[in-house]
Amino acid sequence: MPEVIKNVACPYCGACCDDLEVTVEDGKILEVKNACIIGTEIYHHASREGRVGSPRMRQPDGTYKDITYDEAIDYTARMLIKAKKPLIYGFGSTNCEGQAAAGRVAEEAGAVLDNCASICHGSSFLAIFDTGYPSCTLGEVKNRADVVIYWGSNPAHAHPRHMSRYGVFPRGFFTNKGHRGRKVICVDPRYTDTARCADYFLQVKQGHDYDLFDAFRMVMHGYADDVPEIVAGVPKEKILEVCDIIKKGRYVHIFFGMGLCHSDGRNHNIDIAINLVRDINEVTKCTIMAMRGHYNIAGPGVVWSWQFGFPYCIDLSKGSHAHMNPGETSSVDLANRGEVDAFINIGTDAGAHFPIRAFEKLGSHIPMVTIDPSVNMAATVSDVHIPVAIVGVETGGICYRMDNVPIQYRAVVPPYNGILTDEELFNRILNRMLELKEQGIECDGKWEYAKAIPSLIPVKLEPEA
Amino acid sequence: MQGGDQRKYGNGIIVSVITCTEIKQGIAIETGKTSPQYFNACSIIELHEDDFKALGINKNTNVRVTSAAGSVILKAVVTTQSLYPGLAHIPMGPWANMVVPAYTYSTGEPCFCGFDCLIEPAPEEKVEKAVKLMHDKCGLKYVGDPHYD
Ligand code: SF4
Repeated sequence: MPEVIKNVACPYCGACCDDLEVTVEDGKILEVKNACIIGTEIYHHASREGRVGSPRMRQPDGTYKDITYDEAIDYTARMLIKAKKPLIYGFGSTNCEGQAAAGRVAEEAGAVLDNCASICHGSSFLAIFDTGYPSCTLGEVKNRADVVIYWGSNPAHAHPRHMSRYGVFPRGFFTNKGHRGRKVICVDPRYTDTARCADYFLQVKQGHDYDLFDAFRMVMHGYADDVPEIVAGVPKEKILEVCDIIKKGRYVHIFFGMGLCHSDGRNHNIDIAINLVRDINEVTKCTIMAMRGHYNIAGPGVVWSWQFGFPYCIDLSKGSHAHMNPGETSSVDLANRGEVDAFINIGTDAGAHFPIRAFEKLGSHIPMVTIDPSVNMAATVSDVHIPVAIVGVETGGICYRMDNVPIQYRAVVPPYNGILTDEELFNRILNRMLELKEQGIECDGKWEYAKAIPSLIPVKLEPEA
Repeated sequence: MQGGDQRKYGNGIIVSVITCTEIKQGIAIETGKTSPQYFNACSIIELHEDDFKALGINKNTNVRVTSAAGSVILKAVVTTQSLYPGLAHIPMGPWANMVVPAYTYSTGEPCFCGFDCLIEPAPEEKVEKAVKLMHDKCGLKYVGDPHYD
């Protein structure tokens, strides 16, 4: 008999939709309701043929051979002990229980522990350290916000149900007209599908968001007359018009994304955005929120802040105290400078999402383990690939939404082929490390570090004169 | 809107490139990184119509994209989310990252958005599979595998 499981939470984007209804029969997923097309695909993928059902190890000829969990765990534990500075990176796609267990392993290994924030909203963290985070929960936006700004973010593609659940369309307690009662403003260099849903679109010149924020702040501080005719490609009258909408709003909310974090200026784009929020709060209520990417990328920030006091780029190699400095201890910087000698890719795909010049240093030269439910780019070049259960499909747990609200995830089917969860796997790696250390295995300091990139300065291409 | 940014260079043009996420790419990630859907969704570069004219090519022609970090062959397509001339978009993924500079300005964040690339017509060249690119770059022999072939 098919069974309908309700209140299932989706393990893809930071919107963490927890209103899914999944129909299952005999451990197979038949139908998914309420999810967007990406969420639906996750559940169908879990039941598809050809999944990796046991750990695999690369052979000298380049093929892979199935090995047991015991062998894979022994390999990983030995690798972590022998390495002087192993890097454990990922964690966007696993639950908090797995992240906490990995924290314990990293501490025992004296590793650098980092999550996808370092190539995503890491800039936002840097800005938050500087200027604070005047934020709210998504329910506040839904129930109160009458001016919503999407700045450098494209939820239509990246968080497909964000606009319908929180930002634009829902009818909330004080916003009972739904989208007709809200003014939506989109700032982006592209006329995105999000911009199509907006009332106002400011086409900012790529990389010049800082200038535009500056103009907004000038207007808020009463220096509108001194704003140039065009700022970052946006005409002055448009800036004044939008500032007017903001000032007249009862509750203004800014969502920002990779357009700010990845462009020139990085954290400074965000700290000026936060300062603008402070300025607006002089006239009306205003809050800001990072459009966090993965469903539980807020998780490691919270879990490791409890464990170590730092959200990401945590260097535990001193053994006695943790250290954090993103320009020095982030995964990409460590790879660029060749400062790691072993690499674990867990719940992410550094192969697909690191610049290749950084990734090739990790993938070619030093031992590498990938922990992921399915084959990804990092797995195709790893020495060992360990499959684990998919959170939200095969195992439950706590995950933090983009506004740091914890959502209880649940399993809808049993793990494929009896594979372990991340938490079980990391606990067993920790136990094996303690066993091996008891046997006298220790770091012999002989491993080579990854090779550094010789020249790193990004050269702007200039046409010949 | 902002024209005049586009710069001729040999038989190509220099544009500013951004790499962003896209719904087709999101679905394809979940279908599988080695699936044809992923290949189709990510091994493209979206250009403005004017840039096609400047390059003298038709849409859906292969181009060579070169940055300070490297070079890759991609299929040039017309965008659905419109750009201004001189701005191009490659969906996030292994193809985009062949050209993304790894420099982080001491923040941990590579230059995913807003780096210069030279685009040249390369109609005879082939767009490589991601696994092949990955193996080549890491100096590993590509032997194929039942899980990703
Ligand atoms: S919007 Fe995000 S969390 Fe919601 S169903 Fe789609 S992918 Fe899942």
